[in-house]
Amino acid sequence: MLMDVVLLSRLQFAAATMFHFLFVPFTLGLSFLVAYMETQYVKTGDETYLRMTKFWGKLFLINFALGVVTGITLEFQFGTNWSRYSAYVGDIFGSLLAIEATTSFFLESTLIGIWIFGWKKLSKKAHATVMWLVAIASTFSAVWILIANAWMQNPVGFTIREGRAELVDFAAVLFQKYAIFKFLHTVSAAYVLSAFFVMGVSAYHLLKKQNIDFFKRSFRIALVFGTIFSVIVVVVGDINGVIVAEKQPTKLAAMESLWETTTRAPVYLFALPDEENEKNSIEIGALPGMLSFLVFHDIDAEVQGLNAFPKDERPPVLITSFAFKGMVGLGFYFILATVLGWLKRDRLVESPMYLKLMLLSIPLPYLACELGWVVAEVGRQPWIVYGLMKTSDAVSPIATSQVLTSLIAFILVYGLLGVTGFYLIAKNARKGPEVETGS
Amino acid sequence: MVLQTIWFFLWGLLWAIFFMTDGFDFGIGTLYPFLGKTDQDKRIMINAIGPLWDGNEVWLITAGGVTFAAFPLVYSVMFSSLYSALMLILFALILRGVSFEFRGKVDNPVWRKVWDSCIFIGSFTPALLFGVAFANIFQGIPIDHNGIYHGTLFTLLNPYGLLGGILFVLLFLVHGALWLTIKSEGELHERAVSAVNKLWPILLVVTVAFLIASKFSTRLYENYIAHPIFFSVILITVLALLGVKFFISKKTFFKAWFASALTIVGATFFGVVGLYPNLFPSSLSPKYSLTAFNASSSPLTLKIMLIVVILFIPVVIGYQIWAYHLFKGKITADDLAHEEAY
Repeated sequence: MLMDVVLLSRLQFAAATMFHFLFVPFTLGLSFLVAYMETQYVKTGDETYLRMTKFWGKLFLINFALGVVTGITLEFQFGTNWSRYSAYVGDIFGSLLAIEATTSFFLESTLIGIWIFGWKKLSKKAHATVMWLVAIASTFSAVWILIANAWMQNPVGFTIREGRAELVDFAAVLFQKYAIFKFLHTVSAAYVLSAFFVMGVSAYHLLKKQNIDFFKRSFRIALVFGTIFSVIVVVVGDINGVIVAEKQPTKLAAMESLWETTTRAPVYLFALPDEENEKNSIEIGALPGMLSFLVFHDIDAEVQGLNAFPKDERPPVLITSFAFKGMVGLGFYFILATVLGWLKRDRLVESPMYLKLMLLSIPLPYLACELGWVVAEVGRQPWIVYGLMKTSDAVSPIATSQVLTSLIAFILVYGLLGVTGFYLIAKNARKGPEVETGS
Repeated sequence: MVLQTIWFFLWGLLWAIFFMTDGFDFGIGTLYPFLGKTDQDKRIMINAIGPLWDGNEVWLITAGGVTFAAFPLVYSVMFSSLYSALMLILFALILRGVSFEFRGKVDNPVWRKVWDSCIFIGSFTPALLFGVAFANIFQGIPIDHNGIYHGTLFTLLNPYGLLGGILFVLLFLVHGALWLTIKSEGELHERAVSAVNKLWPILLVVTVAFLIASKFSTRLYENYIAHPIFFSVILITVLALLGVKFFISKKTFFKAWFASALTIVGATFFGVVGLYPNLFPSSLSPKYSLTAFNASSSPLTLKIMLIVVILFIPVVIGYQIWAYHLFKGKITADDLAHEEAY
């Protein structure tokens, strides 16, 4: 018996999105860092800033290419694999994707070509401006895509007419709280990722005592950026928890592995959910009232547990709660690592342990970002649009063999692309900037 | 009624612009192994489209996105029916996109050869399959009253569908070769001119064959017979195609390219006008066909999207023209010496 179309389509979409999101955050964050470096070059005329722009820019472009090509398949997969969903919500969801392409993606894609090939064709100032516009356009891409995702999490501004969701209040869709904080959380995480990448690669070269001035300055810029956004991502994440508690109680209960509805709901430092028996088989380090306090700002507030909901409306608890705890733990680690960076900032070269730590930390924000999406998307199950449409009702009426074939193709092609892409990024990152200067 | 009709033609226009812009990228990528004799030639060919292909490809995203936004039912039925063809197109586009970026990043002949092959496959496949897909849409697709497709990838590879595929490949080959005549010098330029001269007569024959086959395989001409004024679309298309030959013999290459662009837009509109109001006709029964009226979004969404498109598409066209203008002129050895060049 073959696996069914729903499961295969979910696996395919998960693989495609998670792979795409290996590249998106880096684009979102590094575009601003490169734009800043180029502006410093224009302002000061300091050639080191130009070399920084070119070095980090090159890594940016390899990553950007992978982000763009893997993004295209996502837009089309709503039609190919989730056609019932597309027909049901296209009136709202489709328009958000179309607006993203028209207003943001066009600008980003056209200008990146100008930036790559336009060094000699544009004035220095105009060339730097182009990178700022790429960064802003990428950010707006994220705005539209996350508004669309927020609508799947918390559908608003619509009515059901003729068997589908139709738009009635566009402003409600655009400016809902869920969308605003999802956007802030996601882009902050992206900025943390790019900052840790720059700090990690700089640490590699500082450990080898190569291009010391170049990489100290790169590290410093990334440290400022990284510190600010590691704090913001946690603060906004906390607000998101409050919103989730209000709008998606099943997701919140799964995140915290809370089975029984209770006042003074605890946060467990560790809990191993047993979904069969609807309880946790292991609970360690309960902080009584902590969850009530975090989401309702009152330690006595009642929080709904999973048992308050029918079994077929609960998300997978184990995946959701582990992904959530992993993400939160990493979030606090990022703050700690950047604070350490401030303590060591003037004697980085003399702190090989810290540099090694930062080098090894490069993959961690990638992991945190992916875990965040697992919480958001797995935690929303069994719904594709929360409370409105189940994932199992959303899939296309197509043959299992078709999806199986394309899923295998996705895994093979993306696997090869991922290996090649990260090989090229690592190769160029190790090589360092073009012209060496003494320290 | 009016809104849906406007959107029907905007839908056609976006696809037409996509074929007109990314079409020459596909053409160059397909000609690439044949015209690029040396590594220098190959690099000139890639750099001739280097700054532009990415922006061109977004017309596809926008055409797809607008189908989703304005005609969600068409988007859902069309993309799930054409599942395998579309997946092949997407994988091809992925390969093409990364090939440009990756090819020059490692100095090794085997590495370059791998990406050279990907550029060819990634350009030829979409050219062929978009032609096959659109010819099948002109002809009608076996979808039932639930929008469920009764067929496979091979159902699409019928004689008329394949003729459409060949037509698209030839249109893009000529379009790409003409772009190369503008962007190259010396021997490569001569090879590009000679490619146009060899391909053009074949394109003419296939175009005429397609126009005749459409009489027998499709119902496109019903709209033309009902409103003979629309025959002007066909007339303009054929004149533009003849113009390509005229301008290339005069050695006015940009005009020849422009005539080719007009041919592609005309060929797309030949189908769009004939289809109206059908967006995705059913070959099983006309009552199952998806039309601009039974498959559209709500009037509110259509209005909002119309405002967005009216405000932003002219801006997009503006900065894309600026990009084309910025990178006009021939690709020289000097251009290839830049470290940023592909």
